[in-house]
Amino acid sequence: MDSLILLIPVALFLGALGLAAFLWTLRSGQYEDLDGAASRILFDDLPRPAANKEKPQ
Amino acid sequence: MSGLLRAPPATAACAHCGAPVGGGARFCCTGCEGAAALVAGLGLDAFYRRRDTADGTLRPAVDAPTVDFSAEVRGDGEAKTLELMVAGLTCGACVWLVEQALAAEPDVTHARVALSTRRLTVSWDGPAARANDFVALLARLGFRVAPWSPACLRATEDAEGRALIRALGIAAFGSMNVMMLSVAVWVGWDMGEATRAGLHWVAMLIALPVVLVAGMPLYRNAVAGLRAGRLNMDMAVSLGVLATTAMSVSETLRNGPYTWFDGATALLALLLAGRVLDRGARRRARQAVAELLALQEGSVTRLAEDGTAQAAPVGALRAGDRLLVSAGERLRLDATLDSAEALLDASATTGESLPRGFHAGEAMPAGAINMGAPFTARVTAAAADGSLAAMARLLERAEQARGRFVDIADRAVRFYVPVVHFVALATFLGWWLWLGVPWQQALVPAVAALIVTCPCGFAIAVPAVQAVAVGALFRRGVLVANGTALERLASADTAVLDKTGTLTEGRPTLLPGDWTEAQLRAAAGLARGSRHPLSRALAAACPEAAPVVALREVPGRGLVAGDAMLGSAAFLGIPGADAGLTLWFRDGAAAPVAFRFADRLRPDAADVVARLRALGLAPELLSGDAAPAVAAVAAQAGIARFAAGVAPEAKAARIEALRAEGHRPLMVGDGINDAAALALAHVSACPGDGTDLAQTASDLVLQGEGLSALPGAVATARQAQRIAAQNIGFSLAYNLVAVPLAITGIVTPLIAALVMASSSLIVIGNSLRAGRSSTWTA
Repeated sequence: MDSLILLIPVALFLGALGLAAFLWTLRSGQYEDLDGAASRILFDDLPRPAANKEKPQ
Repeated sequence: MSGLLRAPPATAACAHCGAPVGGGARFCCTGCEGAAALVAGLGLDAFYRRRDTADGTLRPAVDAPTVDFSAEVRGDGEAKTLELMVAGLTCGACVWLVEQALAAEPDVTHARVALSTRRLTVSWDGPAARANDFVALLARLGFRVAPWSPACLRATEDAEGRALIRALGIAAFGSMNVMMLSVAVWVGWDMGEATRAGLHWVAMLIALPVVLVAGMPLYRNAVAGLRAGRLNMDMAVSLGVLATTAMSVSETLRNGPYTWFDGATALLALLLAGRVLDRGARRRARQAVAELLALQEGSVTRLAEDGTAQAAPVGALRAGDRLLVSAGERLRLDATLDSAEALLDASATTGESLPRGFHAGEAMPAGAINMGAPFTARVTAAAADGSLAAMARLLERAEQARGRFVDIADRAVRFYVPVVHFVALATFLGWWLWLGVPWQQALVPAVAALIVTCPCGFAIAVPAVQAVAVGALFRRGVLVANGTALERLASADTAVLDKTGTLTEGRPTLLPGDWTEAQLRAAAGLARGSRHPLSRALAAACPEAAPVVALREVPGRGLVAGDAMLGSAAFLGIPGADAGLTLWFRDGAAAPVAFRFADRLRPDAADVVARLRALGLAPELLSGDAAPAVAAVAAQAGIARFAAGVAPEAKAARIEALRAEGHRPLMVGDGINDAAALALAHVSACPGDGTDLAQTASDLVLQGEGLSALPGAVATARQAQRIAAQNIGFSLAYNLVAVPLAITGIVTPLIAALVMASSSLIVIGNSLRAGRSSTWTA
């Protein structure tokens, strides 16, 4: 039973880490556009001129 | 392709919008051809391989409304930002196309679309007027846009929904970790008492904050219900969860054998999941309604003292301002006519299908559409004091009355909660006083009874069915914005229909006449150059006609291109007055031909009426139009009971009379004159092209053309209602088994968890049937 003293805190810590990550994703607005994120991942961006614009002239 | 093997023309699809085209053409209209050329020119052809939109939704409008968007631009200095609502944005490929097309503009620094909310944010360096170029670019691609209005924001920014998701995350975390510990206690029959107590303590440390924080949305609803003097579902659930937690805490402190922390947290997680799904389904519908409304908003043209015209938002105009109303534009404010005469289509405000002439000085109702030449008018009331605002306030009061409708779950709870609490109290008293056990021990079976009867099945029964049914309806273009609308739709027994714009298309369409195909094509080519409603109807009748370039428009009279003339009888010098809605066309010396127009019955109207009758809804027609027109439509649609010349107040009175007789009327209407009746009816529906007031007043908005989705929606609502009743019945039956076990004190946490999980799974499985499509094919 000694292992429990180590394992339970470890399990809870990992769980809490997951919860913290979830709350962070919620706060940073990652659930605002679920449909868009689902389809956006399938498309390559063109080598678009916008990329050049940001470079210094 | 050989002539023999050629596929039937109907199978060909437009290469841009996907609508069927005939005659082997690649595009259905010149707008689509232009859009495809634009896409190819930007090097974005990949769009067509990925496109997944409904056929025809991306057809560029023939006459995009000219609204000045530069007033909506934010930001100072060089950097500008514009937020737009993009309608017709249905797939990832559209998002990609819009973003890439805008990014290809040299001065755009950032363009991003949110697909769920249809919100486009575009930033650029340069003048604010560039906004109109971007809007024009999107219009050429086939996307309609509107300024991102506060209503859009309200529909999408959902603080309460976010709080629910957060609570769900916390409850899910808590329930899984507590379950890990509980399973250890269940299977660890040989563990020492100290270990068991330790596990219970850890479970308590997790569960207490979780129950307190994650349960907040439910507790808040419960308290709000109590304040209003009502027992609601959340009250029952909150009591169950809190009683379970309290007893588990007491058991942990006294080092008892069992705790129920797993049950309390799992119940919270499950209930919150049901709420989140239900809310998500309804939020999508609400958003789509806000989208339709945003497309109708626009600016008006104000005439300054020096006669210059400038675009201004409707809210900025005061009584006494002068207004220029162009052909085809909707008059958005109450006004008196300044010009000598005007022809207005007041069908939205009165239900008359024929446009009416107004003379100088006459008062014109807000909501009417200019069918003639542009005219100037003087505003008599600002938007907030006008007739439309008065109607909106009336609607709000009616809405509140409807908010008192009690749904099936709450009706069941009203009877269920007192019974359950009585049983729990009797159990406690029975064990304590009758069997003589100490009161702490007597509390255990009493709270166990509360736990197993916690109306988990109830609480999830209705939201789950609602989420599935509302989602299924959404996919078929029926937007359900109101929580109790489905239940009310299921119980409707009378269908009261409006005529103009509801059973009929609400806009002129070309009638068959003695003209030839070539004449139609030539006339439609001329008509494409004008925004006059009749010209647009003529152009729509022959979309493949090529536009005529060298064109001159005589406002309010007609069009000239070389030898060809299109316009009123007087314009072409034909003696006799115009009968109804007529356009005359003459090409050179040939005899003139007349194109006659009428407001046509929607093609599916008779079918919809028959199917509603088959569903047991007695149809009735109420119209503000003249008797002969109403009688004709009633006969065509197969409606026996009809009334003509009904004023808006009389429509509302008729609905109230029906309700007083004990009927539950379903009102279907699209006009401003229907809004009061829509709000008063038991349940109401509005076509997607209806006026904004009617859409706000309605429970359901039917997207797309026509009413054909309505009978299917009634059938789905009834099926959903049946399933919700089954779920509630099932939960009750379950309790008949579980309660005796609890009272006799043999319910362990393991049994309680099994009972809860299995009953919830069965209820959820049953709810999924609500979305099945069998109700749509019948």
